[in-house]
Amino acid sequence: MKIGIPKEILKGEQRVATTPDIVKKIITLGFDITIEAGAGIAANYTDDAYIQAGCEIVNSAQTLWQTSDIILKVQVPEAHERALLKSGQILICFLWPAQNPEILQELTERGVNAIAIDNIPRISRAQKMDARSSMANISGYRAIVEAAQHFGRFFTGQITAAGKVNPAKVLVIGAGVAGLAAIGAAKSMGAIVRSFDTRAEVKEQIESMDAEFLMLDFKDEDGSGEGGYAKVMSDEFIQAEMALFAAQAKDVDIIVTTALIPGKPAPKLITGDMVASMKNGSVIVDLAAEQGGNCELTVPGEVTVVNGVSIIGYTDLPSRLASQASQLYSNNLHNLLAEMTPKKDGKLVIDMTNDVVVGATICLEGKTTWPPPAPTLSVAPQPPASAQPTAKVATPAITEKKKSVFGPMLFATAGALALLGLGAVAPASFMSHFTVFVLACFVGYMVIWSVSPALHTPLMSVTNAISSIIVIGALIQISSADDTIKWFAVFTVLIASINIVGGFAVTHRILKMFRK
Amino acid sequence: MMSTGIVSVAYIAAMILFILALSGLSNQETARKGNWYGIAGMVIALLATIFGVVSNNYIELMAALLIGSIIGMLIAKRVQMTEIPELIAILHSLVGLAAIMVGYANFAGASENLTGIDLTIHDIETYIGVLIGAVTLSGSITAYGKLSGRLGSKPLTLPGRHLFNLGLLITAIWLGQQFVAQSAMGSGMLPLVIMIAIALIFGVHMVMAIGGADMPVVISMLNSYSGWAAAATGFMLNNDLLIVIGALVGSSGAILSYIMCKAMNRNFLAVIAGGFGAGASVKVSPANEQAQGEVTTTTVTETAELLNNAKEVMIIPGYGMAVAKAQQTVSELVNKLRAKGINVRFAIHPVAGRMPGQMNVLLAEAKVPYDIVFEMDEVNDDFPQVDVSLVIGANDTVNPSAVDEPNSPIAGMPVIECWNGKTSIVLKRGMATGYAGVQNPLFFKDNTHMLFGDAKTTLTEIIAGL
Repeated sequence: MKIGIPKEILKGEQRVATTPDIVKKIITLGFDITIEAGAGIAANYTDDAYIQAGCEIVNSAQTLWQTSDIILKVQVPEAHERALLKSGQILICFLWPAQNPEILQELTERGVNAIAIDNIPRISRAQKMDARSSMANISGYRAIVEAAQHFGRFFTGQITAAGKVNPAKVLVIGAGVAGLAAIGAAKSMGAIVRSFDTRAEVKEQIESMDAEFLMLDFKDEDGSGEGGYAKVMSDEFIQAEMALFAAQAKDVDIIVTTALIPGKPAPKLITGDMVASMKNGSVIVDLAAEQGGNCELTVPGEVTVVNGVSIIGYTDLPSRLASQASQLYSNNLHNLLAEMTPKKDGKLVIDMTNDVVVGATICLEGKTTWPPPAPTLSVAPQPPASAQPTAKVATPAITEKKKSVFGPMLFATAGALALLGLGAVAPASFMSHFTVFVLACFVGYMVIWSVSPALHTPLMSVTNAISSIIVIGALIQISSADDTIKWFAVFTVLIASINIVGGFAVTHRILKMFRK
Repeated sequence: MMSTGIVSVAYIAAMILFILALSGLSNQETARKGNWYGIAGMVIALLATIFGVVSNNYIELMAALLIGSIIGMLIAKRVQMTEIPELIAILHSLVGLAAIMVGYANFAGASENLTGIDLTIHDIETYIGVLIGAVTLSGSITAYGKLSGRLGSKPLTLPGRHLFNLGLLITAIWLGQQFVAQSAMGSGMLPLVIMIAIALIFGVHMVMAIGGADMPVVISMLNSYSGWAAAATGFMLNNDLLIVIGALVGSSGAILSYIMCKAMNRNFLAVIAGGFGAGASVKVSPANEQAQGEVTTTTVTETAELLNNAKEVMIIPGYGMAVAKAQQTVSELVNKLRAKGINVRFAIHPVAGRMPGQMNVLLAEAKVPYDIVFEMDEVNDDFPQVDVSLVIGANDTVNPSAVDEPNSPIAGMPVIECWNGKTSIVLKRGMATGYAGVQNPLFFKDNTHMLFGDAKTTLTEIIAGL
């Protein structure tokens, strides 16, 4: 099938759906790729690079849309682009069907098979195709870079000859993919980073990034909703939360907000009063700007300065890191294509029994298939999860049960009785040998336990050599007058000496190899 | 001719030297010296015996010693490090054979005039020495066959094999009784010979019934037997040196068997009873089945890139590395990574390979410094800091179901928990299960990538891509 990659036409969009590196990989799946001239320029990928990777270049967008079986894009297609789509064509890009019902309807009516990359279900298997996560990661990083640009000081604390510099304090609200990326970036620049999230489970993740988790002193209400997203919290919780933010606003220099609840406008977390209470020169980066913003004063797509506080409301942060974003996005697309091309024969199959495909496909053959049926049920294999806790309970029970004193006592008694019996009948000469034997066993026990496990092989080869001390038995017999016995003994000496020399020599060879 | 007193003193010196030889193995620095102690002990013991006990037939003796030594030297020089388990097995069989020969000759040429309880005890000693020797002989040869691939490594499970073994044991005891009774009347050769045959059959059957994965236990067990055979011979000959050395070697092998069993969370008796690895795959529980999903494969280029960007790399070798003879290539990879300032370590499972410590020997052969080679317990807690774990030809020793799947046949076995690291790359030829016959959920984990292919070729390509 023929894949077409048009140039993004949305103002400010610099990403491209596929990079030259990924083009090569997609071609190995059996597809032909055509790209619109100049599509990758804004993300620093030249047409030449695409040609070298095996792409065909087309100058006219119209031809490209009309001659491709599959269209790979980043942004939602504009009205005139949609007009070029025909029945049976496959469109893969961000589509946001919940926010754009009219576009969904239009695509359905045109008979387009549309796959919304933003609707890839959040299951482990599909992580490699989850473009929202990969883009959120970039947004989080870029948020800190933008903040640094508008912030008049260092992030890191320094004591210099010219005086002391205090480290910047960064508050990250919402520790999802973007929040964690922001924490990581701020931390690596040397800032003091705090973070808050309504979901108690992310505490560990925040702390693993070396940031401080702000605890809300509140009865345990957990904000984890379906599919790992946050949910709406109770009023009391929100009050306590707002009090926390108000206190933090006076203290911190930079606030990055990433709070989103699926399908709802972004919660207003930073009020105008809080902004007013912040220090001059502080920065707020609002990653929820597209959904209305977490800060009351955010203007989506713009940077505003209120009371000396810069409020950054950019909605195109991934596009501002176009080369990186294109690379990750095209990797996501490649993984999706690979998932949907099981035979690697260049034929894309929309298999509605595949839980990834069924989640992402929003319209198919003239029918709207969004929202997908019962998404959470088909998502994760529940039984293993429930099996694990029981496993943890069961294992210690198994290992502990047999530790009674009775067994060893029985053993010791039996051993003592056997020894007594032996002592009662055996002659003195035997008992003296027996004493030596038992003592030697104990010496062996003590000595062998101290042998390093790395040297178990040489231990075996050397014990092998020394157990050939049995040769002494043969030496005692070799002087026998009886010829048969003599030859028996000679033969024994022969094989035992193979063993002695072989064993020591191999041990020596092995030990010589061990070096620091 | 030396006096018996001087011979005894020489024997005491030899014992001390042998004990020093074993205690020298407590670390790599002293181990080489230890080996020389062992050699010195053996030379002293041999010289004392030759000059103190032997009275004629020196020419035959010297010829035998010389020929044997040359053969031993040649074998030791020529053996490949990957074949050490086979060599050890075949050397064990020689000790077993020697024990039979000495016991038999001692009985046939009985010169001491013992009566009553002394004779009974002497006969029992002879009988036990020969019995253990015979089991060691045939068991070791069978183990050699399995290790060298001449015999299949699948356990042989005859119907009613436990009854069969029990029958052999009872027969051996009955024959022992006959032997003691007949010996008192001056004969007894027949029961002894029949017993040798039975013990040989028992040795073969015992090892045949044990699966390939249990080979480390078998080898250490046979090591132990060769010691006990020497000790029993010592009793028979009233020779304390043999008793002491036999006991040392016997307990050494027994402890090794114990360590190996513990490392597999197996009961020693269950291992000896055999049959592991055959029925096991049937027992895989439904939960285990569900844990499966899709494996993520990766490429050489991606692996090289991952390694390039890593700070902490852990390499987990298994028997597969020995099979692919990839240790040199692994060493090359390690050198290259270390030159880049990446901290590379090895995590060795106690039962990795076909005999205790085999991985250490192979890595040492490839000139991997031993201070970056660690035991499982030393590094298991470090995995959260590890960026990339390279699993090379290991399977059962990195199986998470040992930890979280109580119904698994390997449940409770300590394993290397590489899945706690950031990424694991598994180098494997295909999706075949390990010797335990258990599916490995590690391969289906999200942070595990499979790199299929021959370990040696793949590693060479990775090195080129670094």
